[in-house]
Amino acid sequence: MIAIKGLNIYLRDFHLLDIDLEIAQNEFFILMGPTGAGKTILLEAIAGLVPIKNGKIYIGGKDVTALPPDKRGISIVYQDYALFPHLTVMDNISYGLRFRKIDKKQGRERLAELLDVLNLSYLQHRLPVNLSGGEKQRVSIARALMVEPKILLLDEPLSALDPGFRDELRGMLKTLHRSSSITFLMVTHDFSEALSLGGRAAVMNNGTIEQVGEIEDIFKRPNSAFVADFVGMKNLFSAEFRGTKALVSGLEIELGCTPVNSHGYIAIRPEDVVISRQRFSSSMRNSFPVVVNAVIDQGFYYEVRAQSGDINFSSLITKSSLIDLKLQETSDVIISFKAASVHFF
Amino acid sequence: MKREAFFWISVSCGLVIMAFILLPLIQLFTSPSLDMLKESLSDKDVMRSIWLSIYTAGMAALISFVFGTPLAYLLARSDFRGKRLVEAVIDLPIAIPHPVVGIAILSVAGKNYWFGQILTELGVRIMGSVTGIVTVLTFVGIPFYLNATKAGFEAISPRLEKVSRSLGASMFSTFARITFPLAWRSMLIGIIMCCARAISEFGAVVIVAYHPMVASVLIYERFEAYGLKYSQPVAVWLVSISLILFFLLRILTLHKVEEK
Repeated sequence: MIAIKGLNIYLRDFHLLDIDLEIAQNEFFILMGPTGAGKTILLEAIAGLVPIKNGKIYIGGKDVTALPPDKRGISIVYQDYALFPHLTVMDNISYGLRFRKIDKKQGRERLAELLDVLNLSYLQHRLPVNLSGGEKQRVSIARALMVEPKILLLDEPLSALDPGFRDELRGMLKTLHRSSSITFLMVTHDFSEALSLGGRAAVMNNGTIEQVGEIEDIFKRPNSAFVADFVGMKNLFSAEFRGTKALVSGLEIELGCTPVNSHGYIAIRPEDVVISRQRFSSSMRNSFPVVVNAVIDQGFYYEVRAQSGDINFSSLITKSSLIDLKLQETSDVIISFKAASVHFF
Repeated sequence: MKREAFFWISVSCGLVIMAFILLPLIQLFTSPSLDMLKESLSDKDVMRSIWLSIYTAGMAALISFVFGTPLAYLLARSDFRGKRLVEAVIDLPIAIPHPVVGIAILSVAGKNYWFGQILTELGVRIMGSVTGIVTVLTFVGIPFYLNATKAGFEAISPRLEKVSRSLGASMFSTFARITFPLAWRSMLIGIIMCCARAISEFGAVVIVAYHPMVASVLIYERFEAYGLKYSQPVAVWLVSISLILFFLLRILTLHKVEEK
């Protein structure tokens, strides 16, 4: 659906170098990277909103490199919503209708449908200034979808929202993606967002793409030190959910509450994993015997990698703990972590 | 709590400045009798000069609006080599002594200069004409329009325009439907500032066109020929117009601050 070949952009503060990227029809593609990596510029380049130095952009097989943004059929949603402050919610959403050849009746039906799906009906006559962040972002998404774009670009649409709204909107995005043929391309920092929404992803750094692939692959098999460091989350396992427990290759991990899905992923930050020689009674509800297979000096911390069956856990401990525990490879130890430290999605 | 001396010094200075600004104006408004004010309104020369002031200032603002708006937009939105220089050139008329503006314009429009020769062939006269007055007023007024309008455009997130473009609007539609509705207040402020500056201009106008007489030149002439007493009524009318513009400006800018 989107093919980018040898794209170069030079702006005053940013540059993109030799970007090659292909995104399939109806994919939910995730773009990740630190601030200043050029993610927003890449989105804007696809939409035709920034001048490009050289390279080609194809949409649905057609070369659109020279096409102005209003002719591309690509909608964009920004983190700061970019709602038109002088127009009501309804006028914001239906803004694009007059420029597209969409039948009036069809337009009204679509408006009603979007107001309903995004739960905005009760707000339609308000001005953006009177909306909460979550409401604003829903309006912004409705406005983008109203013109039936081929591609929807989302620039960190959830980052500015409160956690509650974030989960709700994430669910809505998922539903919207499933129920349409639109290709989604979303920038995010959030690890769980990426995994729960996307199929494939790219990690960007300093104007270049570091790695492209299945999201799980990127997290599990980063191909560079930068990506490994950026994705950060080391203990990531795919899991079956049974009640309040997650089953990971034979281990039963207590989650403390019941996930909605029957399967998904769990992740535990290495600093939340405690290592001890003996089982001790504490509030930590997950405890497993493991064998240490590596101790790695990380500067201020030591990373201890330990195995249980075919699962590899990673834990961060201080140097004094390392000495106290007399840890070395092949030591038999116990790892423990709280149910609340297990992230699932 | 006992106030420190510093506080009282500040307050005293403030009062002195307030009096310094307000006393002459109050005196100006109260010295001519109502009869004299009425009488001056039936004086054809006075009325003609006031209307000419309003008309020429308005024309200067209109020209600034038409030619200045695209430039203000360009300066607000794009970054290019030499932008600072362009901005400095725009501010230049503010720093140039007013009679010098008149002399500079006359020297460009004079018969000894190629541009003046073109103008003469086209039948355009600068010296002693309404065209000349509008020209110098535009010269002194346009920086105010440009700066106010540029600030207005800068306050609008470029993302709004980007979203509009991506939704299918051309650049012109985007300007008409998004940028203009959000910037019109700043543009109006710019127009008023340009008008106010133009109406109060004397030095440049008197060089380029003593006749036809704008209000400020008429005041000067009355003062020279008949003295203070006869110049005051005209001055009151001219200041009233300036004050109306001033209050409009205050209302608009205060409203703008409240919106934010």
